[in-house]
Amino acid sequence: MEIHYLTAHELKDRLKKRELSCAEIAGSIYSRIDEVENKLNSYIRLDKEHALSGAGEIDKLISSNAIEISDFTGIPVAIKDNMCTKNITTTCASRILENYVPIYNATVIDRLESRNYILAGKANMDEFAMGSSNENSYFGPTKNPWNTGRVPGGSSGGPAASVASGEAICSLGSDTGGSIRQPASLCGIVGFKPTYGRVSRYGLVAFASSLDQIGPLTRDVDDCAAMLNVICGCDGNDSTSIDTAVPDFKSFLAEDMKGMKIGIVKELMAEGIDREVREAVQMTIKMAEEAGGKVEEVSIPSLEYALDVYYIIAPSEASSNLSRFDGVRYGHRNMQARTLREMYQRTRAEGFGEEVKRRIMIGTYCLSAGYYDAYYEKAQRVRTLIINDFKKAFGKFDVLISPTSPTTAFKIGEKIEDPLTMYMSDICTIPVNLAGLPAISIPAGLSADKLPIGLQIIGDILREDNVLKAASSLEKAIGFKDKPGI
Amino acid sequence: MALDIKNLKYEPVIGLEAHVELCTRTKMFCGCRLSFGEDKNIYTCPVCLGHPGSLPVINRKAVQYAIKIALALNCKIQDYTIFHRKNYFYPDMPKNYQISQYDLPLGVKGHLDVDMGDYTRRVGITRVHMEEDTGKLLHTGTTGRISESEASIVDFNRAGTPLIEVVTEPDIRSPEEAREYMIALRNLILFLDVSNCSMEEGSLRCDANVSVRKKGKEKIGTKTEIKNLNSFKFLQKGLEYEVERQIKLLESGSKVIQQTRHYDSKTAITKVLRSKEEAHDYRYFPEPDLVPIYMESKMVEDIKKTIPELPATKAKRFEKQYGLSIYDSNFLSNDRDLADYFEKCCSCYGNAKNIANWMMGDFSALLNKEKITIKESRVTPENLCRMLEIIDGGKINSKMAKSVFEEMFAAGKDPGKIIEERGLEQIADKSMLEAVIEEVLRDNPGPVEQFRQGKEKALSFLIGKVMAKTKGKANPRMVNEIITKKLS
Repeated sequence: MEIHYLTAHELKDRLKKRELSCAEIAGSIYSRIDEVENKLNSYIRLDKEHALSGAGEIDKLISSNAIEISDFTGIPVAIKDNMCTKNITTTCASRILENYVPIYNATVIDRLESRNYILAGKANMDEFAMGSSNENSYFGPTKNPWNTGRVPGGSSGGPAASVASGEAICSLGSDTGGSIRQPASLCGIVGFKPTYGRVSRYGLVAFASSLDQIGPLTRDVDDCAAMLNVICGCDGNDSTSIDTAVPDFKSFLAEDMKGMKIGIVKELMAEGIDREVREAVQMTIKMAEEAGGKVEEVSIPSLEYALDVYYIIAPSEASSNLSRFDGVRYGHRNMQARTLREMYQRTRAEGFGEEVKRRIMIGTYCLSAGYYDAYYEKAQRVRTLIINDFKKAFGKFDVLISPTSPTTAFKIGEKIEDPLTMYMSDICTIPVNLAGLPAISIPAGLSADKLPIGLQIIGDILREDNVLKAASSLEKAIGFKDKPGI
Repeated sequence: MALDIKNLKYEPVIGLEAHVELCTRTKMFCGCRLSFGEDKNIYTCPVCLGHPGSLPVINRKAVQYAIKIALALNCKIQDYTIFHRKNYFYPDMPKNYQISQYDLPLGVKGHLDVDMGDYTRRVGITRVHMEEDTGKLLHTGTTGRISESEASIVDFNRAGTPLIEVVTEPDIRSPEEAREYMIALRNLILFLDVSNCSMEEGSLRCDANVSVRKKGKEKIGTKTEIKNLNSFKFLQKGLEYEVERQIKLLESGSKVIQQTRHYDSKTAITKVLRSKEEAHDYRYFPEPDLVPIYMESKMVEDIKKTIPELPATKAKRFEKQYGLSIYDSNFLSNDRDLADYFEKCCSCYGNAKNIANWMMGDFSALLNKEKITIKESRVTPENLCRMLEIIDGGKINSKMAKSVFEEMFAAGKDPGKIIEERGLEQIADKSMLEAVIEEVLRDNPGPVEQFRQGKEKALSFLIGKVMAKTKGKANPRMVNEIITKKLS
């Protein structure tokens, strides 16, 4: 197989055997980028020179034995453009941060740098991670590598498309309501959202603070576990990061599911989920049983409210998080304004896109005097119900299974004019964020029109072990090896 | 002209919101140092500049300091406390929200007793909460006003400085009480060593909520909020103006309108800043970037132990232990440095009343004149005691002591040395005095005769002559005794 389609662990083995150099890997990734990027638009910023010279440096360090080859040494990783990279623009796909150059690295970037990774580029996304199709990018939509007339999902559409198409070996995305898992599903790769608090959010430009979590998008579960080893861990700069020991996530990769109790979430297999998607999930259930798992249906009635709760809490937090973009200290500023108020208004009117403005308005409304109790406060209480329902389910089951997305990749432009339909794309993933649970999406096959279908496996708080165990054994059983035609 | 509240039909109802900057080493939510007027924007980082992706981390020391203040104000420390975001746009706010506290503040339901001389006012403390300070806006141009400036710059050195807000119940009944409350609050916090509490430097700030009502009425009238009351004097003056303004409005049949007003210290009046309708909707909601603080009782107990004896308790003890009057005890115990100084003196000199008299009299007068604190003065407690001993020993009289003390104050010298250098020691040697007196009696036969005939005035004349001959060094009491004896 082409170098650009290998996994990080395969490349590590080849690097170790000196069959390959980091410069060759980076070179291969960049020639693939040269080949397909104009069709996909996976990236907002690319720096070929920097990546190639960086790879050369690492080769020197390796050959002089100055560093050891560990996971992701010399591996080109795409970084979603909402993670701060020191001295490298970080735009959040927004005009308001078009030229914003961070003065510091996100914690996850520091951690990757300590492994001597290669920054493949800053990946495209929905503006401020708000969207499910990557159409809300100031820098234009990213296309799905399986069918460039289709969306790659969102908001981590760039990170997903780049990994799926060989423009990066793996990537980091962020997931607030499904923004890693849904695009992973639509692009036929693996995407993992860890337990809330597992990965430091320091340096991740906040969308909804109580929901955001960084996670990997990879070609297989092995790489996913390896990336979790790098990025997880308590960080003194993030008060919400959990102070608990980080296990070796690779040790949870398993051949079978013997003794595992698996719950099929009834509400997420109902109508509204495409028939083909449901059938693919049902196939994997059979495989789970064959692999030694005990499968049962489970009902989580409060899921009915998840979308409503999410679209109050996330915009509320966002309305406050995004108020710092005012043109005063950094980012876009309208220079014609004559008063302070006018400067704020024009800067933000010009700087933010439609969807971002919509959510700021919704959030501002929900937090307003007289509406707070009816919206934000009530949503938080329903959120607690959802958390409790999941807790109950995990009293009985090790993992829960559902589709990742109710549909396969939809057409560009199909849902953009209808926000409510668009919001339905995250019906299966949103509850997981509300409850802070770890969940993975793995490819479960292709639809009749050759579009990937994703399977979601959800674990209890801090039980990434169960998720990885189930995911790795099902991955083997499913044996998804297809690559997009691009 | 101060408002004569006592004679009015109306009584003011005042509540105060004080902001206290804590003197921690670093800021409330990041590791930047606190600054003291250095170059602009040097103590900043992604967190206190509100850069995208940055997150706050609570300064433990600031929480401990806040607990200390809340305990000293007799507050109940809540079992758990959370931060909220207060949302509004202003260029001195890096995030356009302030991390503050809302319905679960750190401390609630306390009080502070304010000594008003002839009565004590107990002011209820509604809440003590933690928050972060903003940056400072600087407007270029001559007026310094935003509307007339060419450009405005923001200095974020102050942004993120830990602040404590102390909110009172509407228990204050006069502008004078408000002033005394703020002084008492400052004195109390100074005892705790957690803030410089300087209104001049802005480390202690205050807003007031004011309304007036007819005396005897329960219902509180419509209030206004007064900002920019940035000295004890302006606090009182501003409130006096506002109370009078409100009374005049009511007397003329108008109504008080709920609004925020700005006190202008130059013209000594308050002006409308914004109306109720223009008031911000702060859209408070729990800060999702921070986790709740659970107060362990052991931690609170440990902090309690670090609270020193506070002014009220100290005053009572001074009264009992040293036999001082209530007035003297209060005076000496309100200021931590003054109290410590007094007690140091008491440990090396027995007559506490004498110490108190000197500290409250000549010493205080000089401190006030030089505008320095007792800590900055050059008179050590040991030297003050030494001087008092010398006076008691009759070596110098009180008039001489005054000038000796002035030199002690100016030069920080030992009083014995000053007396020696200046040759000030009183002549208390009987034989020496007798020789001088013999001479004076011999040279002034007229007055001697007059005294013998019963004219008391002649005695003063003779004593005066002796004093003149000894250049004021003679002990006047002894001179009096010897002359009387000789001529009787």
